[in-house]
Amino acid sequence: MSERVNVEKKSPSPGTPETGTNSAQAGVSAAKAGAVLPSLGPVGMLRWAWTQLTSMRTALFLLLLLAVAAVPGSLFPQRPANPAVVTQYIKDHPDYGKILDSLQLYDVYSSAWFSAIYILLFISLIGCVVPRAIVHYKAMRSQPPRTPARLSRLPEYGTLVVPADAGIPASRAIDDAAALLKKRGYRVDVRDRDGDRPSLGAERGFLREVGNLVFHTALIGVLVSVAAGGLFGYSGQRILVEGDTFVNTLVGYDQFTPGTNFQSSQLEPYSIQLDKFHITFDRESKGKFGQPIDFKADVTTKENPGAPAKQEVLKVNDPLSLGGTSIYLTGNGYAPVVTVRDGAGNIAMQGPVVAKLQGDNYYSSVVIKVPDAKPEQLAFAGFFLPTAFITKEGVSFSGDPELFNPQLTLNSYYGDLGLDSGSPQNVFELDVKKLTPLNARNLPTKGIVLTPGTTHTLPNGKGTISFDGVKRYVGVDIHHNPGQGYALFFALLAVAGLVTSLYVNRRRVWVRTGTHEDGRTMVEYGLLARGEDHRLAGEAAAIRALLSAAWPLDDRPADDSGADSQPVPSATADNDRADTGARADAGTQASTDQPAADFIQSTAGSPESKKDQ
Amino acid sequence: MFPINETMGQYSELFMLLAAGTYTVAFIAFAWDLAKSSKTLRAVDLKAAELSGAETARVPVGAGVGGSSVAVDRADSEVSGPVGRAERPTSSVSGSQANGAGVTADGGMRYGAERRVPARVAVALAVLGAAIHAAGVITRAIGAGRVPWGNMYEFLTTGAFVAVAVFLLVLIRRDLRFLGTFVIGLAIIMLVAASIAFWTPVGHLVPALQSYWLIIHVSIAVLSSALFTLTFAMSALQLVQSHRQKTIAAGGADKLGFMRLVPNALSLENLSYRINAIAFVGWTFTLMFGAIWAEKAWGRFWGWDTKEVWTFVIWVVYAGYLHARATRGWTGTRAAWLSIVGYLCVVFNFTIVNQFFNGLHSYSGL
Ligand code: HEM
Repeated sequence: MSERVNVEKKSPSPGTPETGTNSAQAGVSAAKAGAVLPSLGPVGMLRWAWTQLTSMRTALFLLLLLAVAAVPGSLFPQRPANPAVVTQYIKDHPDYGKILDSLQLYDVYSSAWFSAIYILLFISLIGCVVPRAIVHYKAMRSQPPRTPARLSRLPEYGTLVVPADAGIPASRAIDDAAALLKKRGYRVDVRDRDGDRPSLGAERGFLREVGNLVFHTALIGVLVSVAAGGLFGYSGQRILVEGDTFVNTLVGYDQFTPGTNFQSSQLEPYSIQLDKFHITFDRESKGKFGQPIDFKADVTTKENPGAPAKQEVLKVNDPLSLGGTSIYLTGNGYAPVVTVRDGAGNIAMQGPVVAKLQGDNYYSSVVIKVPDAKPEQLAFAGFFLPTAFITKEGVSFSGDPELFNPQLTLNSYYGDLGLDSGSPQNVFELDVKKLTPLNARNLPTKGIVLTPGTTHTLPNGKGTISFDGVKRYVGVDIHHNPGQGYALFFALLAVAGLVTSLYVNRRRVWVRTGTHEDGRTMVEYGLLARGEDHRLAGEAAAIRALLSAAWPLDDRPADDSGADSQPVPSATADNDRADTGARADAGTQASTDQPAADFIQSTAGSPESKKDQ
Repeated sequence: MFPINETMGQYSELFMLLAAGTYTVAFIAFAWDLAKSSKTLRAVDLKAAELSGAETARVPVGAGVGGSSVAVDRADSEVSGPVGRAERPTSSVSGSQANGAGVTADGGMRYGAERRVPARVAVALAVLGAAIHAAGVITRAIGAGRVPWGNMYEFLTTGAFVAVAVFLLVLIRRDLRFLGTFVIGLAIIMLVAASIAFWTPVGHLVPALQSYWLIIHVSIAVLSSALFTLTFAMSALQLVQSHRQKTIAAGGADKLGFMRLVPNALSLENLSYRINAIAFVGWTFTLMFGAIWAEKAWGRFWGWDTKEVWTFVIWVVYAGYLHARATRGWTGTRAAWLSIVGYLCVVFNFTIVNQFFNGLHSYSGL
């Protein structure tokens, strides 16, 4: 609303409100820019830099820069989302992969340059909002600006003439107009009521600027809330097989990402047990046959170890809330249950093994490590197929996601698993370099193929493995973000501010009355919008209609200039006919030393006086 | 979950084809209107010039079209522009008015008295096409037993319908028929692209999309995009018109006669600003509801996923546009360019990002 209206138009007639002062920001920055030059030493430099930074043009530039800077984050893999993909990407592009890394293009949103842009933008925003807030606060407490000498120069202008016999003198006319405008929500100030030329200034729509300020301030609020969430929040993952229970303690997590200021005392020891997991597959549409269309996990939760158990349902798009965290269903799969006996016949391992999804229809990989087997540690690696098919070439695949023909195909190994050294291992991967194969497709022993209920005996008396059954597992994400409630609050505030600032119109109205020599009461009014306002003409028409109705006037325009000011407010909403034509006449008729007399003592609307001349 | 109804799905596809066909005829009619009207307008101008000399040449066309032409004429006599009005050097009012109202259509974009038969035929056909199109969208919804915006095919077909519907609704109050070729042409492209490149049979939603947020978030996004489509067309025309006005003001030949049917650059800018402001609020909601949904679905409201990045970029570009309108030297042509860039981002976000970028939002259904 600001800069476009200002300085360039310096020379309206002295009485016209100085539109350049309309804008806090423009006014302030223009003044500063004019007064301080960079040559004034370090302080001057700083002030100059500040003025530049808080100018609207800089804000615009930074906004566009921010848009551009956000783009590379969608072109290159990002570390926070997927570190493994980034590593692979750098490997795949030896020529420029590293260069991109040094430019922080894999961490765009935490990179120095991206942060610099938005921090500058927000500094600019603060530097912009604070002075504007101060100016606006003052404007809200001050009287509407004084009545311009020539109302006819305003974008909307009109005149009314009250006949002499109506008994409405100029002072009453101005009172009526004041009452009317007050009722319409204007703040009104009457000037010189009992003088020759009573007038009033009125203004409304202060909320527009308030809305704008709230909007911009709320954006800062959103940013701060997001930052706070990063500082004090945490998140983690856990896989739960049917029957498993998760307790919210650090050891309960498979993976845990604390915020910068996280303390483990923040964790509340609630528990969730996965009772049963249900999936519905699409059996109707052709293209998507066999795609999952519904996931549902029945869980039992306890707020704390002593609290009563509660049955709840966890679904996609429908997280559980417990102990200040939200729990999301993010993945699922099969977990074949196996029993491994070692050479001595003792059970070395028994239970479900989480199979990792590899391909269509829950084709999954399985790794079983049995460090407790004696005399030698055992390991198995292979695949689980819920509905096993084997092609003529001997390639096995899964024909359906459901358990129609579950099968485990495994190779077996023995040797030192290296688990005792203490270095962490990925449970889904088996390093076979130091192990000796027992069963494998290319060995005379062949691979192991198991269906539920079957047992395979390992060669050389190393033991047995049995496939007891299949359970399902789910992956859950657990998040605690204390900032998000605030972020939502500020976001809503921002929207409210935005809508207010876009749809509330700030307008000024001035009315001047006077008595013509022939006894008629002459009324002229002018309207000025501040900022974008395509309904100003409609407002002018509405005010005109109200005034005419108040003094019952036959709303014939006082002079031909009114011919195009249409009385129907909505239909006249049009930005382009901002001026009623009277201005042209007024401009030529007004004498310079008595500008206020142009309409009131003019011949306008008075056929008789035209003859007199 | 409602069962799939394949028959309804087939009906829907038939309706879509019929709608595209009807739109094609409407498109031809709109184009015919542009060609014919520009001829008529020129003929009227020429006649007027012959009859009463150059001075009155501008009166017959603009006048009588609406009340505002009077104001336009008056503005000519106003030397010092009205106080407090925006200075818009790049799409200057005076440029157009100095050359008379005949050079551009009524700036108020109100319906005039004169009957433009081809335009009426075109609008009637567009309404018919939209009705068939609506049937297509509704049968698709019934066939799938849910809202018809769960994959690219449905985004496109429903989006095209919303764009046409918004256009036709605006037509009730404003004479934007000059945008007809643009909007209807775009709708045809969208329908054809949907049927050829993105065709997907009726099906259930993947679990990630099963949420009432799909209804809220996507419907607002589609609606805002439809509005952005209108302003994109207007901004493009604004650039052409502004160029043409400058050429004519500089005494050049008017090579783009059909642009007479289009209002002057400033009017285009003002109206597209108003529509963009509404669409920006809509996009703000899209962004916010998207974040709320992301929080529900994935446990974080913002994660710089590609789709989120581009939604954010679009939001910032249009915020830039709003700022540009308030910054001296950035109104007019530059603002129009920003509006166009914003729309290109919308298109990019929809097409390229949906298909070729991997992210959590890979729901294109392909
Ligand atoms: C995070 C960065 C910013 C965003 C997203 C943003 C967004 C917006 C939006 C959407 C509007 C339109 C609302 C309206 O027209 O009333 C607006 C208006 C405005 N903004 Fe910003 N803004 C940002 C930063 C700034 C900065 C740094 C400044 C100051 C230099 C600024 C000054 C203004 C002014 C003066 C208006 C009023 C314009 C008018 O009323 O037409 N903004 N801003």
